[in-house]
Amino acid sequence: MPERTQTVRTLRRRAPGLVLIAAAGLYSVVPLLSMVSAALAPQGTFPSGLSWPSDPHWHNFVDAWSIANITTLLKSSTLIVLGVVPVAVLIATMAAYAIAVLEIPLGRVFYTILVLTLTLPYEIVIVPLYEQTKAMGLLGTQWALILPLIGMNMPFAVFWMRAHFIGVPKELSEAAGIDGAGPWRALFHIHLPLARPAIASLALLMFLSTWNQFLLALVLIDDPDKRTMAGALQAFTTKYSTDQVLLNAGALLIMAPTILVFLFLQRHFVKALLQGSVKG
Amino acid sequence: MPSTRPTREGTAARGRRRLWARRWAGWLFALPALAFYGIFNFYPVLLSIQYSFYDWDGIGASTWVGLKNYTEVFTDSEQFSSLLHAFYLILFFTVLPVTLALITASVLRQLQGRFTGALARTLLFLPQIIPGAAAGVAWTWMYSANGVVNQTLRAVGLGSLARAWLADFDWALTAVGFIGTWLSTGLCTMLLLAGIGKIDNSLYEAARIDGAGPIRQFLAVTLPGLRNEIGVCVTITIIAALASFDVVYLATQGGPGTQTMVPGVAVYNLAFSDSRLGAASALAVVLALIVIAVVAPLQRLFREK
Repeated sequence: MPERTQTVRTLRRRAPGLVLIAAAGLYSVVPLLSMVSAALAPQGTFPSGLSWPSDPHWHNFVDAWSIANITTLLKSSTLIVLGVVPVAVLIATMAAYAIAVLEIPLGRVFYTILVLTLTLPYEIVIVPLYEQTKAMGLLGTQWALILPLIGMNMPFAVFWMRAHFIGVPKELSEAAGIDGAGPWRALFHIHLPLARPAIASLALLMFLSTWNQFLLALVLIDDPDKRTMAGALQAFTTKYSTDQVLLNAGALLIMAPTILVFLFLQRHFVKALLQGSVKG
Repeated sequence: MPSTRPTREGTAARGRRRLWARRWAGWLFALPALAFYGIFNFYPVLLSIQYSFYDWDGIGASTWVGLKNYTEVFTDSEQFSSLLHAFYLILFFTVLPVTLALITASVLRQLQGRFTGALARTLLFLPQIIPGAAAGVAWTWMYSANGVVNQTLRAVGLGSLARAWLADFDWALTAVGFIGTWLSTGLCTMLLLAGIGKIDNSLYEAARIDGAGPIRQFLAVTLPGLRNEIGVCVTITIIAALASFDVVYLATQGGPGTQTMVPGVAVYNLAFSDSRLGAASALAVVLALIVIAVVAPLQRLFREK
């Protein structure tokens, strides 16, 4: 008996919080549920906001898959991510190592400049990047997105990895030096294994921002099929703005990959996002 | 033995020189990053500043016009109002989410167990995971004539208020703002929840012993304890508000009229529809300066102990 009153009391005490968090969760998911409900309506009808269709047309997703060119887009986005993330993570890690551990001359100056440009909006680079990639003959190809994104990622990535290297005890590098390991061997055999969690979080954050990149993709690549999935969404919505059913089905397919990756790597994502914001 | 001294000094000098050379050799590690950053980030910023003093359509010759593009930013009603809209959006991208997150975090803290549940956590993070462009599509649908917002209004008997929100001259910008609220609230809530869990419980006990009620406890313990996390939320959401592009571009493209025009969309239109690269660059430079002017003092405010 007293045990039950205890549970009831705990429940009552927790109720406002639970209601609050449930409301917040619901608020986050309603727009997406509304899209699902529209995507399942018969094609050519005008569905209303949120309703479970009595006869869900799952086939709409198959149609939207081919109409929105999802296979091509998946390939293109993957190519862009593979072009950006490994290179950017590697060279940012090397630079942060040089700044924080090797203490290269003028490294501080370089670091300060990086941090100063950390908060600059993408708007300030799009016009010059368009002209630069045009002059390089890359405009319209995936390189026009890959190379600038590596550059644009440097401030945050170096900042992130430096924050990691700063926390590594100095004795470690000194011990490596005494053992006769040069800076390369010290980096690859001693520092990189230790930096694995920091590198993994950085890679996840960079995957997310690259995959979701919109403005640069829109400006630098004309052909929607060569853009990131987010960038292709714009072309798709212009084409199917009147067909709510296909529009929502296609948009859901376009955002599905990040959601799936998020669900699979949830714990890492949450950690990375929380850390990422605090460090930034 | 005087004869040995020069040699020893020579060795020392050589050693110093070798050390110096080795420290410079470390730049080999930083060079690739420097190159990519220099070519595709720093140089474009400088180019933007240079373009902003010229009249240029991207093809023909460019003419030096001094500060003309900058005066236009503040006299052209479309450009100037886009800046005002950006500040208005801060209310919805920053103030509202941080307030909501503070309330949620404090209420959940009083429940002791920092339970949020895996499901709630997943849902709260969803808006942060999907591309902003997709959020634009989702909310275009939410706000449409027969979308969820109007559906809800009709269900609670406020059907007379129903309208096509994103096409409404008076409400479009506010409607866009609430998309921003949706985007930032989850992340801010999770950040503040993580932060409030780190506050030492004895601080609350001490405050309680001093006779502080819930509100005094909130002001005296919670707010100062979350200073850093609030600073982070405010900073990233303000940047998102001022430099917004994806959401607005997909939801309204700045319309109806120029009611939801934001600097990002205006820069894009000036450069790639009107081929006025100088004017676009000037607006982009002003936007960047505004971001720095707003964010830099915030950094100082939230960092100091």
